Amino acid sequence: MPEARSAAPPAASRAGPAGSPLARSVLSVLAIAALLLAPFLVDALLGRAWVRVLDLVMLYTMLALGLNIVVGFAGLLDLGYIAFFAVGAYLYALCASPHFGLHLPFWLLLPAAALVAGLFGMLLGAPTLKLRGDYLAIVTLGFGEIIRIFLNNLNAPVNLTNGPQGITLIRPIEVAGVSMAKMHSIGPVSFPSLYNYYYLFLVLTLLVIFVSARLQHSRVGRAWVAIREDELAASASGVNTRNLKLLAFAMGASFGGIAGSLYASFQGFVSPESFGLMESIMVLCMVVLGGMGNIRGVVLGAALLVTLPEALRYIGPLQRSLFGQVHVEPSDLRLLLFGVALVLVMRWRPAGLWPSAVRRREFVAARAAAGDMPGGPGISTDGKPSP
Amino acid sequence: MTAPETLLSVQGISKAFGGVQALSGVSISVARGSVYGLIGPNGAGKTTLFNVITGLIAPDAGCCTLDGRRLTGEPVHRVVQMGIARTFQNIRLFHQMSALENVMVGMHARSRTGALGAILRTRTVREEEARLEADAHALLERVGVEAHANDPAGSLPYGLQRRLEIARALASRPNMVALDEPAAGMNASETASLRELIVGLRDGGTTVLLIEHDVRLVMGLCDRVAVLDHGQLIAEGVPAQVQADPAVIEAYLGAPAAEPGARAAGRPH
Repeated sequence: MPEARSAAPPAASRAGPAGSPLARSVLSVLAIAALLLAPFLVDALLGRAWVRVLDLVMLYTMLALGLNIVVGFAGLLDLGYIAFFAVGAYLYALCASPHFGLHLPFWLLLPAAALVAGLFGMLLGAPTLKLRGDYLAIVTLGFGEIIRIFLNNLNAPVNLTNGPQGITLIRPIEVAGVSMAKMHSIGPVSFPSLYNYYYLFLVLTLLVIFVSARLQHSRVGRAWVAIREDELAASASGVNTRNLKLLAFAMGASFGGIAGSLYASFQGFVSPESFGLMESIMVLCMVVLGGMGNIRGVVLGAALLVTLPEALRYIGPLQRSLFGQVHVEPSDLRLLLFGVALVLVMRWRPAGLWPSAVRRREFVAARAAAGDMPGGPGISTDGKPSP
Repeated sequence: MTAPETLLSVQGISKAFGGVQALSGVSISVARGSVYGLIGPNGAGKTTLFNVITGLIAPDAGCCTLDGRRLTGEPVHRVVQMGIARTFQNIRLFHQMSALENVMVGMHARSRTGALGAILRTRTVREEEARLEADAHALLERVGVEAHANDPAGSLPYGLQRRLEIARALASRPNMVALDEPAAGMNASETASLRELIVGLRDGGTTVLLIEHDVRLVMGLCDRVAVLDHGQLIAEGVPAQVQADPAVIEAYLGAPAAEPGARAAGRPH
């Protein structure tokens, strides 16, 4: 259920062009209402735990959209993306916890996380500019591990990161004096912590979607796709491939940094083990499974991959009620089903569940012919990263 | 000879790949507003020379200047900014992008919008985008691909892909376009319309550097022709002069020119 709701805005905008302006505005109103009421509905129907899942969907959507810029748009396979999430998370954790006794405000830390993660993105990008495909993947994988290992070991001789124990008691986000961690009431309606985080994450996710879409349909986005399609031809067309690849790394990383700082405050705790290779692969799967390069697809991918494992938890109680005992541990099943799903999607929908296919371009052409000028040229993004 | 104003000057370019001397001491100068042909047998070094001129390959020796400004050592995109755009022997379009977007990527060098501008989409950015799109449509019209503006470039028929690639090269408003075998694989009528396109370019003031195997096209179109063989410039001059050159005939036919007159009449290819 929640995945359908979080995918609501893309669904509305997809139906939009096909329908009349009235139908379009009705759908938008419904989508906005669904997004605003989502935590209440989910809480009432599925329970409080699912509101938390909803929050995580938002968080991972931001993360996946950041990786989508690097992998989906520019075609640079990055297997260490979680490192930027870690950078954002640790930046927030170190600057808003008793560890250093620092309590910098959220409005300062959020842009700082984006900036610092962006710098780390360039740090990764600069030495890998000449690398493509497999080679780039290996270097980025190494980079991700380096960051994690640093976080794990920087507790001596000077205790910077508190090592494997991680950092605890991270201060919750406060926006304009309103703490996200506390219950607030407006009249008869009360907003528990998870609801507060939901609305904050929603705003930032929409912002990230907006920025992604704007970048995609611009001179910068076109140049990224050109680099993905044929780097040599792109440079021979006048594209400064070095700068644009660095920009892709930096933009993608800064989204990761933002998501990371939110994650740190949301969890109240960070430790290096949250930023392992599996996490990188998980985010990459969200991008690939959903539809590389297509913002809607990536949102769908993130929503599915966050909610499905949670939904599978019900398999345990289900087995008990059917057979009286648990035959298959849900946690075992999760990875198995996850693998099967990946194989099936790659076999039957190699461009992802929701690719921005060539077919959509035909709709655009038909609309242009009908006299309804499209807002801008769509960029076909159902490609694979160039070898 | 009293050459007209030189646009591109190639001076003593040498390049070796391992043990193979791809180019040795090649010098040519291309006059502004002319069509300059570059011919030679396969493996003669024509494409290598193109790659050196457009900055894809750094030469071992020598340098190229455009309008007196040094090209050699500049990165590829800078060469485009300085005024040379090119096409490739094996077409290299952005297949998933529409024909229109391909041409708009070609305008990258003469547009400004950065990441921040793209996100904010200010008035300047919107105006630039509208201008690029209008220009791109005009270019597609000019090369006859306008009907396919929204089709993915990879889905276009071969002849149109060649034309689209030329449009993408022209999109940067270059002083000179370098076309690498534009007529390869084209039939007679396609070649004829390509010829018209090139004449139109020249008449519009664009200098054209042309690698071509279709000798009739080269001889009919070019103001001057240079012949490369085994990385060396073996002849240079107006088409008729080059066509009669014994060294050229030998290079193409691989035999001593016992009867140069008789053989030169045939197609040296």
